[in-house]
Amino acid sequence: MASWQAGLLGGVLIGIAATLLLLLNGRIAGVSGITFNAALQRNPRGESAWRWAFLAGLMIAGGIAMRATGQVALSPAPFAVVAVAGLLVGYGTRLGGGCTSGHGVCGIGRMSKRSLVATVLFVASGMATVFVLRHVAGAA
Amino acid sequence: MNRILAALLAGALFGVGLVIGGMTDPDVVLGFLDVAGEWNPTLLCVMLGATGTTAIAFRFVLRRDRPVFDADFHLPTYTLVDRDLVVGAVVFGVGWGLAGYCPAPVLVGAAGGAWTAWVFVPAMLLGAVLQRAVLKRRAVSPA
Repeated sequence: MASWQAGLLGGVLIGIAATLLLLLNGRIAGVSGITFNAALQRNPRGESAWRWAFLAGLMIAGGIAMRATGQVALSPAPFAVVAVAGLLVGYGTRLGGGCTSGHGVCGIGRMSKRSLVATVLFVASGMATVFVLRHVAGAA
Repeated sequence: MNRILAALLAGALFGVGLVIGGMTDPDVVLGFLDVAGEWNPTLLCVMLGATGTTAIAFRFVLRRDRPVFDADFHLPTYTLVDRDLVVGAVVFGVGWGLAGYCPAPVLVGAAGGAWTAWVFVPAMLLGAVLQRAVLKRRAVSPA
């Protein structure tokens, strides 16, 4: 299967997953929000349980699929850069209220103007960052 | 119990979709962001597949009075494009472009054994804690 076909298939599965969570539980599949709410907030019991279940499903099934397809790929960035990148992603997704899944996949699906703006901005800022790194600073 | 099983199923499907789509490989993600290099359109295909599906399916789902296992839909109600949204999205994009990781794929990477994800995930949680601390300070002393 060509990579664009695999991308399309993977995308449709992600879209179906987000649809199931909305149809069954009435929730938005925003992974940054789900993660930070589960790990860092005090929630009433039932409010934490579904979030941990979503994360468990994501990590267990995703981890197994990753192993099964033999693609345990690493980030090409050096250790310190990966750490700084993590800080920025944590800070930015909380401040901006979502990431590629919440704003990108679900927000655009709901035709949310906020999500559309956020998605355009983080894709543009990611592209600008890679441009500066690879074509101005000359990193790999 | 139903809600928990539903979330588990949705998470599992989401994780498998990310792997099949190639999103758990930071090189694929960075290849999409590298518009001036050898551009890799895979992430665009994933986004089209995912948003195409949600854009159609959400319409039907949201026509219902309520979700199957809950009394109400829990949707964001805030609609303003404000400074926090803009700054947050730009900061997130910089981090995304530096390492090729965003929250969902990096969690899968951590579970699958990619050690760079083990560096990224704690840093990401720390970033979220920092943001909350700044938010609290701002609430106490409005600028």
